[in-house]
Amino acid sequence: METLEHELRSHPFVGDLEPAYLALLAGCAENVEFWPGTFLFREGAPADRCYLLREGKVALEIAALGRGPLIVQTLGAGEVAGFSWLLEPHRWQFDGQALEPVRAVALDGPCVRAKCEQDPRLGFELMRRFAHLATGRLQSTRLRLLDVYGTSHAAPR
Amino acid sequence: MKPVNHDGGQRLVARDDLDQLLGAITRRGFRLIGPAVRDGAIVYDDISSAADLPAGWTDEQDGGRYRLRRREDAALFGYTVGPQSWKKYLFPATSVIWRQDRSGAGAGPGTAAEPAEPEPPLAFIGVRPCDLHAIAIQDRVFLGGEHIDPVYAALREGAFLVAVNCGQAGGTCFCVSMDAGPRAESGFDLALTELMDGGRHRFLVEVGTRRGADVLGEVPSQPVGRADTEAAAHVTEQTAASMGRRLDTGGLKDLLYDNFDHPRWDTVAQRCLTCANCTMVCPTCFCFSVDEVTGLAGAPAGQQRSWDSCFTLDHSLLHGGPVRASSRSRYRQWMTHKLATWIDQFGTPGCVGCGRCITWCPAGIDITEEAAAIRAGAGDSAGAPGGHSGEGATRGGSRGNA
Amino acid sequence: MLRPADQVTRGQPWPSRQLWPVVATRPESHDTVTLELEPPAPFTFEPGQFTMLYVPGVGEVPISVSGDPAVTGLVQQTVRDVGMVTHALGTRQPGDQVGVRGPYGTCWPLAGAEGGDVLVVAGGAGLPPLRPALYRLLAHRERYQRIILLYGARTPADLLFTGELAAWRSRFDLDVQVTVDAAATDWRGDVGVVPDLIGRAPFDPAATTAFMVGPEVMMRFTIRALTRAGVPDERIFLSAERNMHCAAAMCGHCQIGPFFVCRDGPVFSYRALGPWLRRREA
Repeated sequence: METLEHELRSHPFVGDLEPAYLALLAGCAENVEFWPGTFLFREGAPADRCYLLREGKVALEIAALGRGPLIVQTLGAGEVAGFSWLLEPHRWQFDGQALEPVRAVALDGPCVRAKCEQDPRLGFELMRRFAHLATGRLQSTRLRLLDVYGTSHAAPR
Repeated sequence: MKPVNHDGGQRLVARDDLDQLLGAITRRGFRLIGPAVRDGAIVYDDISSAADLPAGWTDEQDGGRYRLRRREDAALFGYTVGPQSWKKYLFPATSVIWRQDRSGAGAGPGTAAEPAEPEPPLAFIGVRPCDLHAIAIQDRVFLGGEHIDPVYAALREGAFLVAVNCGQAGGTCFCVSMDAGPRAESGFDLALTELMDGGRHRFLVEVGTRRGADVLGEVPSQPVGRADTEAAAHVTEQTAASMGRRLDTGGLKDLLYDNFDHPRWDTVAQRCLTCANCTMVCPTCFCFSVDEVTGLAGAPAGQQRSWDSCFTLDHSLLHGGPVRASSRSRYRQWMTHKLATWIDQFGTPGCVGCGRCITWCPAGIDITEEAAAIRAGAGDSAGAPGGHSGEGATRGGSRGNA
Repeated sequence: MLRPADQVTRGQPWPSRQLWPVVATRPESHDTVTLELEPPAPFTFEPGQFTMLYVPGVGEVPISVSGDPAVTGLVQQTVRDVGMVTHALGTRQPGDQVGVRGPYGTCWPLAGAEGGDVLVVAGGAGLPPLRPALYRLLAHRERYQRIILLYGARTPADLLFTGELAAWRSRFDLDVQVTVDAAATDWRGDVGVVPDLIGRAPFDPAATTAFMVGPEVMMRFTIRALTRAGVPDERIFLSAERNMHCAAAMCGHCQIGPFFVCRDGPVFSYRALGPWLRRREA
């Protein structure tokens, strides 16, 4: 049986934190599993955890009136689902649905926030990693906003 | 007629016997093209005799300025270059390059258009050394690659070239900087140097090819003495010493490659109208567009080739918009191509120092001045926001004697 | 390395073309069609090369050859409707004639990638010029380590060659990852951008060659991801696109700096082309 610390160490998001911090985080962590079709979180619900995905695929979806749910991002092994626990108002912005069997380490939001208050350096390390993650998502979103695959509308010849 | 040496042999031909030379060429079936005065400029046109040449005319040229002026003597080639170059004939402004087979839509293989009847081969009278180099440069573009241009090949093949060495340098000339004159070294059938010393008017004729020698053999001529050789050398030396402009070509390619964001490009962009005059008068510019000529009332469809210019917005059109949208980028493209990327593409710069782009630019933009300004402020283009030593500097190509 | 060894067009007049009949057409998506053309004689090309396709009375455009290079009796070219000429090509019917000249240009340096991993990265309409490379790679599968196809499109409806994609995905010696910009929940693939796939792909950066085609912005972001992952510039190859009229390095339109895309490309190494792509409005 692997300890939670070991699983955290093998996840790229927190794996390079010093062992003391991994031990701290392990105290806020638990293993979770989701069957395909089940939801890790729902838009509007209180956001109180963060999922370090180890296996499977999660779709971030939004339900649009008259159009059915639209997937805005898929995330897989080694990635992180859920920022909304980190900052107010602590509410999920999207639905998170498992597309394939998902195994993840869930970190409890209030628990992690409390530990960060006690040790600001842990807070800084986590914030830095989340900022990096958020920037990456922003780049991906901006690239899609550019709609580079769209057809050009002027016909040269 | 006295036997004549081939390849480098020289003879003296009296001015009044020049028509014999032209006649010998005409007799061989060539169509004579030479300089003539028309519409206030010296242009290239069909000529039939020496009487059609611009005797007693010269030109005054500077940035954005061209005037004809009367000479005090009757020199036949006493000018430099006009707005046209020999590409008018070798690379015509429009040509049909492909026509659909007459047997109907989709039938038969299409081939490059052949001329309806064979045209008479061309003889160019009065090719300046810079223009000789320009022809060689266009030869490399249209004939020297993996594919050939059949229209250029047909017109160029067998063209008879009578070069004329320059007796004076124009106000915008800088062939010396580009190693393209003022003496013709090769690439001609015959080369003339007009000598008017000692009250005589004659031509020292150099032979470049066997058929040039054959033509010369039908013309009354005298042997060349040492005084004549010296007189001819003096003519071109004095021309070389009085170039109107100068272009420092040392490390020019890397200089332009390294200064893609030089502020000088912004300065020149404020003046450049992107009118494309420079590309039209330039003897080496080769861009062309291929357009569809739709068949009307039963006429077959085909493709037509026409001169194009990198100054147009359409030139770099891609996915509905130009890659080079700003005038700054288009001027930079033209100048960087002419002086730098051409070297990587074809082994030599594309510029021969004829000065036409300077003369015929309505804004008087001077390629030698732009190059000097970039060189003067080189290295300051690495993002520093202003205050460049080269900014606004008009320290450019020297005017007057080089 | 990028130049095919035998080029039958050497010394030929560049406008020489022949009319080939369209044998079949296959719609790939709402705006893309694959034409099957019958050459008058066996036609050989190297993956990455293109031909100039001509519709008399309408015009001529460069189109990558998109079929299997081992098949010489039929030539596939995939055309996306973005203008007058491509629209005319895309609406050709079996029996219609299309003018063809070529092949032109440089090819994917597949031989140089032997012994290592191969990343084939396609964005949108970038898959057709890479399909011949995939056929060649799979025909000599034993010469390569891992072969990974990363393919991004706008939506699932824009995916091309869905038949081949399914076949490739079912192979055990080929890793296929497909992502779209957005999708409905019937899509079980990834939603995200191609550069994100780079980070998750299992390749050895020290021994990987990447072949990439896509919109220039997408290629820039993808190259950044490849560089971050440790793939050196000289092992990244991309296919560039510019306005083309003659395809014979004469009309001047397709120049990027000193390169004629029709002659020195369309396949370039990023080491050679990178400095020019990074210069704005070059």
